[in-house]
Amino acid sequence: MSPPAIALAGLTKSFGPARIINGVDLTVPVGERHAIIGPNGAGKSTLFHLISGRFAPTSGTIRLEGTDITGWKPAAINRAGLARSFQVTNIFPKLTVWENVRCAVLRAMGYRPLFWRSVEALPGVAERTEEILRSIRLGHRASLAAGLLAYAEQRALEIGIAIASDARVILLDEPMAGMSHSESEHATQLIREVTSGRTLLMVEHDMAVVFGLADRISVLVYGRIIATDTPERIRENRAVQEAYLGVAAA
Amino acid sequence: MSDLADAAPAGSGWTTAQPGRASIRPRSGSLAGQAVPWLVAAAILAGAPLVLTSGTALTMMSLMGIMIVFALSYNMLLGQTGLLSFGHAVYYGLGAFFTVHAMTVVAQNRLPVPLPVMPLVGGLAGLVFGLAFGAISTRRAGTVFAMISLGIAELVSSGSNILRSFFGGEEGITTNRTKMLRVLDLNFGPQIQVYYLIAAWCLLCALLMYGITRTPLGRLCNAVRENPERVEFLGYEPQSVRIAAFSLSALFAGIAGSLAAINFEIANSAYLGVHQSGVVLLAAFIGGIGHFVGPVVGAVVVTLLQVSLSDLTEIWQLYFGLLFIAIVMFAPGGIAGLALMHGPLLRAGTAHRLVPAYLLALVPFLALTAGLVALIEMAFRLLVKAGEGSAMTLAGLPVDAATPLPWLVTGAMALGGGLALRAVRPRVAAAWDEAAAAAKEARP
Repeated sequence: MSPPAIALAGLTKSFGPARIINGVDLTVPVGERHAIIGPNGAGKSTLFHLISGRFAPTSGTIRLEGTDITGWKPAAINRAGLARSFQVTNIFPKLTVWENVRCAVLRAMGYRPLFWRSVEALPGVAERTEEILRSIRLGHRASLAAGLLAYAEQRALEIGIAIASDARVILLDEPMAGMSHSESEHATQLIREVTSGRTLLMVEHDMAVVFGLADRISVLVYGRIIATDTPERIRENRAVQEAYLGVAAA
Repeated sequence: MSDLADAAPAGSGWTTAQPGRASIRPRSGSLAGQAVPWLVAAAILAGAPLVLTSGTALTMMSLMGIMIVFALSYNMLLGQTGLLSFGHAVYYGLGAFFTVHAMTVVAQNRLPVPLPVMPLVGGLAGLVFGLAFGAISTRRAGTVFAMISLGIAELVSSGSNILRSFFGGEEGITTNRTKMLRVLDLNFGPQIQVYYLIAAWCLLCALLMYGITRTPLGRLCNAVRENPERVEFLGYEPQSVRIAAFSLSALFAGIAGSLAAINFEIANSAYLGVHQSGVVLLAAFIGGIGHFVGPVVGAVVVTLLQVSLSDLTEIWQLYFGLLFIAIVMFAPGGIAGLALMHGPLLRAGTAHRLVPAYLLALVPFLALTAGLVALIEMAFRLLVKAGEGSAMTLAGLPVDAATPLPWLVTGAMALGGGLALRAVRPRVAAAWDEAAAAAKEARP
């Protein structure tokens, strides 16, 4: 049996005296779509920063497909097969949409920062970039500077850059943040398509999206996971209702 | 959620966009189309000495060629990778010193090495020092990098005064370029031969540097400039990309230094000083760091100003500084940015609508410039050159700077020009908007 895509054990993170992540254990099997929900300030984004290497954990271990990646740098973690998107859009605003995606495609195809071959002549890069752009429905925007895209399009590009890395494990941090209802429905469908066959870990506030997309849900409250279960059973979980859903439904 | 959604642009079309069949790949233009600008450049470099035959022109064009290589190498850092260096002359200077030493060794031992390959020595020196200093300075961009570059510049500059055996102290070190192995019976004594050597290297370096912008490294440099953090999460180390850009940039700076050493047959501490680092920054910025051709324009303009302005006035560096400030404030894209802004209008055939507005602005602009220049020159005469008396000539007119009349006239010119320029500004802006709108309509 293959090791889980992500396995967190006893993970903690403190900033000074404040313990933001307080002993998280979580196992996400390969191929699962897993959502993390929780009230504001629960530490969801911090947890993502730990897994993706932006912060080093204070204690505990992080395993990616069985490999201990605790304390690795973001670039190394990406090369090990994990890609992520950001809650606040984090793209290359002055580069074209095409170039934004191509940067991610280059690494995915194993190209180092060569300086003796034209980037346009690298086999497969243009095809793959085109494929990604079409899948996130931004083909018609290819030659526009990314900073000029409409908000929802920038969010789509954010997801596109993450999936273009060809990583087996994808972390999406509030992919629908700020989207209108129709846009977020559209984006749900998009995420379902582009993450098929991969492991997805996502943070999302939009409950319709979470319950529609996730195979399992973990509820994070004050830096701890208080429940991990299927959407139906999370909905019925009394502790979750008290801690989170009750507040959100009001 | 809903309030956020309302803030999003309405009708973005993303949810409704239909996947089209047409190819979405950016067109890179035909090979022939790409070759044209380079053939034109080669023709200009080859033909210029046939048109401008004077010795002064030849010297100036040699300096321009050197400066073009230097400024283009600087823009690999500033424009392409977003690294603001205050010490790029370190690699230019070290390239020059190593070249002079290498030339002397070749001449003394009668080694079979011709002069035209000597810039490789400077390039290698630049590369080696670029790798070493780049490794310690590129961990961060921004202020940290700028400060470290200044520190390294000071370090090398003061080191050059201590290590006299290598740097030759204040006088520097000299060599003789005619003592190399002769190929095709060229001894490189006459300036015209040196010019063509510089021109050939200039074209080669420019081609290579342009080529690099189109490689994965070049594209990643842009990405690192825009958003280094995101690059990390794509699996590339921003520092590796910066080191690669930094050392390649130092390599070309070293070649530029070599060409200078060959041209002057001397290398001294001014080559690697902070002033020289400042000049290349100004050249790149005045030309425009956002376009590949910008530093070329900047190098030509700056060299022209250095040579011609210094003939006209002692305080040419002051004007040079004012030009730089004006560019930073009013045209951050540099001269190339200003010119290329008009490209779409020219292609759409609406650029001619700007001519009346531009002419209208030209008159007050000239009045403002002339008035300011006269005020500066008179102040300089009274404050700094008081010993030479207050009588002077301005634009051929005899003027006594101690009397109020010239001050009143030129002051009125400057003030009136400035006010009028501000008054016509909306007209120019309106003309621009109109021409741009018409250009948009012309192209579906």
